[in-house]
Parts: sequence; C-alpha cells; structure tokens
Amino acid sequence: MSVKAEQINENTKWQDLTEGLQIFEPATSKLFSTGEWRTETPVWNKEKCRQCLLCVPYCPDSCIVVKEDRRQEFDYDHCKGCGICAKACPFGAIEMEQPSH
Amino acid sequence: MSTRTRMSGNEAVAHAIKQINPDVMPAFPITPSTEIPQFVATMIANGEIDTEFIPVESEHSAMSAAIGASAAGARAITATSSCGMALMWEVLYVAASSRLPIVMALVNRGLTGPLNINAEHSDSMGARDSGWIQIYAENNQEVYDNFLQAHRIAEHQDVHLPVMICQDGFITSHAVQNITLWDDEPIRRFVGEYEPEHYLLKENETMAVGPYAVAPYCMEAKKAQAEAMKRARKVILDVAEEFEQITGQHYGFFEGYRLEDAEYAVVAIGSVCGTVKDAVDALRERGVKAGLLKIRVFRPFPGQEIGEALKHCRAIAIMDRSESYSSQGGPLGAEVTAALYRAKAAAETVNIMYGLSGRDVRVEDMEQVYEQLRKLADGQVSFAEYPYLGLRDGTNDCLSR
Amino acid sequence: MEQQAFNFREIQARPERLAPGHRMCAGCGGTIAVRNVLKALHPGDKAVVGNATGCLEVSTYMYPYTAYEDSYVHSAFENAGATLSGVETAYRVLKKKGKITSDYKFITFGGDGGTYDIGLQSLSGAMERGHDMVYVCYDNGAYMNTGTQRSSATPMYADTTTTPSGTVSQGKPQARKDLAGILAAHNIPYVGQTTFIGNMKDLYVKAERAIYTPGAAFLNILAPCPRGWKYDTPDIMDICKTAVETCYWPLFEVIDGKWSLSYQPKNKLPLEEFLKKQGRFKHLFKPENEYLIEAFQREVDRRWEELLERCEG
Repeated sequence: MSVKAEQINENTKWQDLTEGLQIFEPATSKLFSTGEWRTETPVWNKEKCRQCLLCVPYCPDSCIVVKEDRRQEFDYDHCKGCGICAKACPFGAIEMEQPSH
Repeated sequence: MSTRTRMSGNEAVAHAIKQINPDVMPAFPITPSTEIPQFVATMIANGEIDTEFIPVESEHSAMSAAIGASAAGARAITATSSCGMALMWEVLYVAASSRLPIVMALVNRGLTGPLNINAEHSDSMGARDSGWIQIYAENNQEVYDNFLQAHRIAEHQDVHLPVMICQDGFITSHAVQNITLWDDEPIRRFVGEYEPEHYLLKENETMAVGPYAVAPYCMEAKKAQAEAMKRARKVILDVAEEFEQITGQHYGFFEGYRLEDAEYAVVAIGSVCGTVKDAVDALRERGVKAGLLKIRVFRPFPGQEIGEALKHCRAIAIMDRSESYSSQGGPLGAEVTAALYRAKAAAETVNIMYGLSGRDVRVEDMEQVYEQLRKLADGQVSFAEYPYLGLRDGTNDCLSR
Repeated sequence: MEQQAFNFREIQARPERLAPGHRMCAGCGGTIAVRNVLKALHPGDKAVVGNATGCLEVSTYMYPYTAYEDSYVHSAFENAGATLSGVETAYRVLKKKGKITSDYKFITFGGDGGTYDIGLQSLSGAMERGHDMVYVCYDNGAYMNTGTQRSSATPMYADTTTTPSGTVSQGKPQARKDLAGILAAHNIPYVGQTTFIGNMKDLYVKAERAIYTPGAAFLNILAPCPRGWKYDTPDIMDICKTAVETCYWPLFEVIDGKWSLSYQPKNKLPLEEFLKKQGRFKHLFKPENEYLIEAFQREVDRRWEELLERCEG
C-alpha cells in the first residue's frame, strides 16, 4: 500500500516517503493552496456575466471550473490573482478587487 | 541442461539478452560494445526475440529512453562503453534515484583523454557513486552469468536499482573463449517475468516520476536509496545461490583464489585476474604463499567481507585500472585500504596502477609484483607514492618509483 | 485522424487535466499552453505527459504535488524527446505482448531552452525516429527558470540577463532560430505554430491534430512570460494578438510537408505594436535606437515573406 500525498509532509520520516519520490495518484497539487499568493482578487459579477466562458481557457491556474455548461465561482484556494480573466471578459463581469489596507 | 561452445564476451552478453528477451533496448554504437546492439538488432530482424530496439542518436538519449521505458513498465536494457557512458552520466543518477531497474552491459574502455579504445575501468569507476550496482567479470562465462542474474537483482522489491554488468573491452568482449551456455527454459524460469508494482501505463493508476524535490525531502530520499543499496547485498547473494542451483556456477561478492593461507595477496577486478591466477599458481609451485582476491561486486562494496578475507596477509597489492588523479592512488585502492583499516589489518599495502588504456599485463609482471610484496613485508622496499606497473621510466623495475 | 468539430463550450466543460496548485507564476503563459493542449485530448483518452526540466517541471511536480491528472515523467533538461520516446516504445511492446490493454497518447512539454537549445538533439532524434508522440514547445523566448538568460528563441534586441542592454550593447544581437522550420525539415507528418488568440480555436485545432496524427508531431506555442518580458500579467491577450498581427509570430501548419498559413492579418501592424508593451524592448524606444526597430522590422518582413512563399509553393 503506497503512501498518499496528503500523508507526506516535511516531517515525514525517510522510511515513509514514496520509493524514488514517485506519486501514485493524480493531481495532488490541489492539496497545495496557491490562493495565499494573491494580492488582487477577481470578483465575478453574475449579473453582468453572459456565460460566454472566454475567461476559462485563459486562466493559468485552472481556477474557473465549468459545470453543466456554466462557469462556477472562482477557486479562491488556488487563484493567484493574475487578472488575465478580468481583461479577457468582454462584458466587464470580472473586476479585480484591490487589497484592503 | 547446457551447451559447451566458444564465443566472445559480447556474443555471450547478446546470448543472455536473447534468453531474457527484454522489452526495450535503446543503444548507440561505441567501440568495443558496438557488437551487442548489432547482435540484438539482428536477432530482432530474424524474429528470434520481440524486443523493441530504439536506434537513438546518442548515449544520453539511450539512457533517457531506457528511463522512460522502464518507468512505463518495460524491462529496459542498454549497452555502452567509455565516452558513451560518460555522456549518460547525468541520467545514470536519475535512473538510480528514480529506482528504475535498468540493466546495462558495460564494456569497460578508458575515457578519452587522450582518445583510446582499449580496456580500462575509468568509465565505470567514475560512475561508482551514481547509485548503480556494479558487477564485474573476469571472462566471458562470468559476464554471461552475471548478465543473467542482473534483472533478478535490479527488480527485487528490496532493491529497485539499476545494474551495470561490466567486462573488459577487447580482452573479454572480443576474445573468443570456451563457454557453457545454459538451456533456455531453466534460464527463462530463473529470470522470470517483469511485473512491477507501479508503472506509468498501469491500468487504473497514474504515476508521476521525476519530481523536483526540495531540501526537506531530498536527503531522506537519498537515505532510502542508500539503504536499498545495502539491501542489495543479500539479494545479490540469494540470486547467486539460486543461479548456482541451476548451473552449478558459484558466485559471491568476490572470489578468493588460494587466499586462505596467502601471505601476499593481490586485489584486482576483471580480466587481469586470469593472469594473476597463473602467477599465483607458478609462485605456489615455488613455495611462495601467493593469493588473489578478485572483486566481482564493487557496488555495493563488500568492505567488511574484504577486510576479513585479507586481514591475515602480510602484504597486499591493490590493483587499479583507473587513474583518479587524486595523487593518492585509484578508487579500488581507496576503498580496500579503508576496509583493511576497519578490519584492523596489519598488512602492508601498495596501490598499483596497471593496464591503463589497454597496457598489457603479463604473468611475469605479476610474479614481480608478488616479489615486491615480499620485500614490502620484509621492510626491504617502501612505496612513498602509488606505483605504475609496466611503465617506461628508464629503469628496469617493474614498478615505478 | 479522428479530428472533431471545434465546439468551444463542450471543450471548456471537459475535465481539467492540469490541476491547480502548481507553483508557476501568476499569469504564466506556459500553463495556459499546457492546459489547452491537454484539453485537446478527447475525453476518456489516456495520456502520458512528459516534461523537460524547466519552470514547468519544477512547478508542476514539486514532491509530493503533481499537477497532472495523467501519468507523468520527467528525467532531465535536454532529454524530454528521448525520455518520452522510451515510454512510447514501451507502450508498443507491452501492448504487443498483451501486458496492457488501454490506448495512450504521448505528449511532452519543453520550454525553448529545453527545446531550441539543450534538447534539440534529443528532440530531433525522437522526431526522426517517428515515435507516435507530440513534442510541445512552450516558447517564452529565454531561459526563464534560471532568470531570463537568452536562448536561440529570444527575439533580436531583447534585453535578457545574458544579453543585457547597456551603454554599448542593445540586447541580443542575433535573430531567433526558426525551430518550426527545422522540425518541418524532419519531414514529420505534423508541425504547427500557434499562440493564444481569441477563443483558442487555433491552438485547440492544432493540438488536436498533433495528438491524433499518427507519428511524430511538433507544436510550437508562443507562451508569454510576464517576468521575463516585463509586462503586466493581464496584458497577455494583447501581447499574443500583436505578435500575430505584426507577423512576428505567424500561425501556420506543415502537414505532410505542405505548408499552410492559418491566419493572414488584414492589416499587418508595425512591429512596434508588439514591442512597446514589453519592458525587454524598452531600450529600443530611445530616439537614437530607432534604427534597431527598423532592422528588426526588416527581419520580421523577410521571414514573413519567406513563410508566404513556403505556403504558396
């Protein structure tokens, strides 16, 4: 039985790491929150959004998930706040919120 | 059960490959190992094996493709020599750290500087810290038998490390000698099918190979790899024992030749050992207690066993066929001397550089080495530096000063 | 070839094959390339993904976090082509021996460092041998993983950390290598060049064709790097658009040796439109450096004309 990625951390003993540092499950990066990197935050205006989905392929972080033909709320656990989606939107339905001081 | 015939060391390896029928063999030609991929390609062309040969554009790509094939779940092998292996250097470490049981037929040849195509151990000795198991042969029979055992060692779940099966360029690879070939069926049963637990193409499981490992993980991974190398010791002996049951051939970490009561011992690797044995026999006729320790397994290094086997000797010559330009001697000298120290041996030692770039070594040369060992033990000579054997230095001494 | 009609909405709804949580920079063009190429795999089709060492590799498989939904292999910088060729060969032999049953596609990604430069030999070998695989170069025009050193993909006069613009130097003196042309000269069945335009149809169609063409395929994708190119991350669409509209980065395909232009700008924009948004070309806009932009424009024009000839011929 192989160790799962979620059981591995910087305190794991050498005996308990996976052999050859291989991982035997997909997409374990989801366990790592890159949302903490964000300074500006995209805010989705559902009223203005026409569900054209043009923002979706431009997200470098796969943070705009489509379900049943409609985009969902941003994955804020992983969104790094690059702002590409806001500029990609033809309808002004995404605004970048500045950090509050 | 077996066939007596004659063939070269390269043919012997090719015959082992035919019996193993590995899945993938990427290789690039380089003297003196070129014949091996040629033989394999011919066997494929004639439908004798169903291995896929990848005619890569370099040795770096040969090892890279072997890594890909092995990770994908295939039994992968390659063959190379000298600069070809040097070009692989970077990825040798990757194969080992990724714990991929690749098997390489290495036909030892000196690394360029200057360009030379003859036997020397500078290629494999330079890779001694790459994490590969290294097994050496004195003759074609041994390289054949070693190759047949390699997959069993590499693929053992306690090991999962790559193995290089070494033989001396031309001296072993091209010289035709008598050999006993084992029948296909018992060998196929012995080698077995390769059934890895994890691989890229496994149904219902994905696998990610070759991460970027940050400091909190990397040292732990290296420790795990080092432990696998230690566990390989038992596996090598177990596999040898099983091989002996089928073939009657005995293999261990090393061979002691008239060593038990020897006062003067030579430690060597590879084809020179045949010459040393002749010298030992001649000296024993004359009442000189000469002996040989022929190292078969250099990685993992059986230091404790070597120390124990040698500690009763009065004087020991450790023969290196690879300059390390350390000003202290060669790699075998360093390792064996350390083993003797740990065994609290009182023997005098001298580390001798011999056979570089294919320089011939004769029985008379080795007899003179034993004579020097006697003088060393008796305090009649001393060696401030590590001498060369058979060097033209303007004297008639066999060993340079 | 099993080419399907381009259905933008259906494609966006496909399961993501590059997971979030990777450590690429905010706004990275490389991951946009990877995501969209992998979306061109038909749903349900399996793949093995490879990488050359580079930003992408150290960010998408930092132990124990893999960003890939598929099996993944990386071994070194200069050998992505050879490594995946070994995987593809293993696949064929294991299939032949009945040890595996599923079908797989093989796609490897390298940056321009790993592709144009250090990995060119390995790429050339893998393509020449005709392995059924796709090599994708995400071309951001410099060695970004080590901090924006010039590569043979770097555009002329770009300021990089090894071709810095200084008092007596004006950035990289040489023009970029025509890698797609080199790959086309391998006579492989598919070569494509694309970038991020509009709804990504161009990229999708080319990626799908590359993946589903039997044999070796190569795809070159201009993938802007906000750090190295020195632009604001949201501007990526403008940058790609002007790269295409100025003909700096033409969109084309070479299918079975036949060159074809994918897009011809109605009004070819002056090169400044592409250059002016990027800090790496800032020094070119000093009045005394006007001649450099002219020289760069001549180079772009020459290569555009050459491409048109290839496509007409």
